[in-house]
Amino acid sequence: SSAPPQETIRTALAMGADRGVHVEIPAPEYETIGPFQVAKILAALAKKEGVSLVLLGKQAIDDDCNQTGQMTAAGLALQGTFASELTLEGQQLTVEREIDGGLESIRLKLPAVVTADLRLNEPRYATLPNIMKAKKKKIEVLKASDLGVDLTSRLSVQSVQEPSQRQAGLKVETVEDLVGKLKERGLI
Amino acid sequence: ESKSFAMGMFQGRISTEQVFPYPSVLTEEQAQFLKQLVGPVSRFFQEVNDPAANDSLEQVEDRTLQGLKELGAFGLQIPPELGGLGLSNTQYARLVEIVGMHDLGVGITLGAHQSIGFKGLLLYGTPQQKEKYLPRLATGETIAAFCLTEPASGSDAASIRTTARPSPCGSYYTLDGGKIWISNGGLADLFTVFAKTPVKDEATGEVKEKITAFIVERAFGGVTHGPPEKKMGIKASNTAEVHFEGVRVPTENVLGPLGAGFKVAMNILNNGRFGMAAAMAGTMRGILGKAVEYAANRTQFGDKIHNFGTIQEKLARMAMLHYVTESMAYMISANMDQGATDFQTEAAISKIFGSEAAWMVTDECIQIMGGMGFMKEAGVERVMRDLRVFRIFEGTNDILRLFVALNGFQSAGNRLRVLQRALKTPLGNAALLSREAASRLRRTAGLGSGLTLKDVVHPDLDPSAKQLVHAVDLFGATVEGQLLKYGKKIIDEQFVLMRVADAAIDLYTMAVLLSRASRSLAQSHPTAQHEKLLCETWCDEAYKRLSTSLSTLNTDGARQTFRNLRGISRAVVENGGVVSPNPLGF
Repeated sequence: SSAPPQETIRTALAMGADRGVHVEIPAPEYETIGPFQVAKILAALAKKEGVSLVLLGKQAIDDDCNQTGQMTAAGLALQGTFASELTLEGQQLTVEREIDGGLESIRLKLPAVVTADLRLNEPRYATLPNIMKAKKKKIEVLKASDLGVDLTSRLSVQSVQEPSQRQAGLKVETVEDLVGKLKERGLI
Repeated sequence: ESKSFAMGMFQGRISTEQVFPYPSVLTEEQAQFLKQLVGPVSRFFQEVNDPAANDSLEQVEDRTLQGLKELGAFGLQIPPELGGLGLSNTQYARLVEIVGMHDLGVGITLGAHQSIGFKGLLLYGTPQQKEKYLPRLATGETIAAFCLTEPASGSDAASIRTTARPSPCGSYYTLDGGKIWISNGGLADLFTVFAKTPVKDEATGEVKEKITAFIVERAFGGVTHGPPEKKMGIKASNTAEVHFEGVRVPTENVLGPLGAGFKVAMNILNNGRFGMAAAMAGTMRGILGKAVEYAANRTQFGDKIHNFGTIQEKLARMAMLHYVTESMAYMISANMDQGATDFQTEAAISKIFGSEAAWMVTDECIQIMGGMGFMKEAGVERVMRDLRVFRIFEGTNDILRLFVALNGFQSAGNRLRVLQRALKTPLGNAALLSREAASRLRRTAGLGSGLTLKDVVHPDLDPSAKQLVHAVDLFGATVEGQLLKYGKKIIDEQFVLMRVADAAIDLYTMAVLLSRASRSLAQSHPTAQHEKLLCETWCDEAYKRLSTSLSTLNTDGARQTFRNLRGISRAVVENGGVVSPNPLGF
């Protein structure tokens, strides 16, 4: 996230999370890091912590990549999916997905990676007492290298081009003018 | 010697300690925590609370009340170990400001609970009382109310008739009496109640009736309440009569020392007043936004109306009134957080000023919006109705003006007595007397008493600082003159007292603005130049207002005016209303 990360983690702690892990990415690497590297970090963290259910967002609102969840699942050899509803019974997970023309229900066994679609959940309010308690919860700070993840980007940008500019239009006073201009440009 | 600026100015002194530089009291951690709280509280009021619905329902909607309890809004200043947030006064002010911006009815529900309802427990409670009651008050599971006012006892709080008779065994008191207009009276399960008790004077053995404060649970039995009162505004908040009939209150529920109830009551109110100024600052911030939105978009006579001088003057004055109130609220909360004990005059000024400023600002917002402002839909008329009571409750502004003036006269009188004593043994008090004589000589020679604000006010504000210095000189001399003239009888000269109080308010606001604008200039805030403009304009007008008022106070003209006003009032009262007939003669 590009918001001050510790603040974002504190908000999550205030909403009920028990502890946080902040994987610090130094500024030069932050510029080139993409879904692939983030997925490797998340997968390594999940392995390290023995996480049985990884919940992630479906896609970021800036780059719209929609890749991190799937890549994390691949890294863990688990299944990834888009969820609009989620029920957990024992080790069984029922996931409802919004697909073209209806809903699809999938049953998964834990461990699993699930990505959240738009309508999965309204985040609850962080209450003031919980914000206060969150101050005392631990945030562990790690480096990507602590998790054995190489942050080198495999992508190279060939070129970046701005979309072509639209030409300014012009106003005409009469129908005759309009017809004249159109003829002039060979459009009629 | 008092460190209070307001007390000092009554003696013609400038006590800079509490005012300059503008205090910042939040630690890094407190500021960080507060920033985290501001978001959720604002969002709650924008997304969940519906002020129009609360107003028309005449109660806070259930889901909102429940949400506020879950949010933690009922225990803002209760220590964390007892389930609250443990906010400082400054942190509390910042959150109350948000409440004041959105819904004053909800504000009173919350304020009657924690600013007065159980504030006595925080200030005077024993550890046992705190542990027993504060945790459930913090969650809002128990709501509190403050019971002082009675049918025959309003501003004259010492005249209450509710009694608490000690039982022969000494283990409980029996409480009897009726309280009226109690905010949260119908919702509360815990009451801070003031009642007369027989107190024996240890020295003389004489038994006197004195006021004592009690913590009363509804569960004690014998506590009943009337239906919710129908009110002009703050309809969402519950106001009701509360009756106590043969209520047995255990002795351990006496709050504070026996017989010290009046002081307890006054201290609770003193400690809550800054919160009202903060709420009013929030109200004005919101209302000014509405007025500007309208003025910037409304076109008449081919121009946006904010381009017309009439509207510009209104908006400018609204901005100044807001800036003054906000600056005072946070200065006083900071003084309190610094451990100041002498802030009651400043707190009273902030309540008077804030409630009147918010009224004027809202009135002008409606005026700018014209017919649209008069419509319920615009949401401003509700604020106007809600605001009206702020000039009445928790000490009417009239009583508070007398309080400001008399407190000041008392401190000035004490100083004069010290001087008189010193004059009897001039040799031993040479330094004091020569300092006093020098300042008096300079003042009489029109040189000013040598006071200066050079070291504490930013040089760009020097002209305004000079006005304040001159005004303090004039004020100190006027107060002394009135004291020498009336002596103790000054307490009966209400026409004079009101004018002195108004001048005191103007003086304090000037000092507060000079302090805040100086800080902004010194720290090169992006808005520093705008603040300089607010400060200069305010100080110039306040200076002219108070010097005109004070310099005419001693004239025959002023005395004649007071006599005339008294005469007109008497005649109107004798006639039961208007004295003169209709000009048509029938």
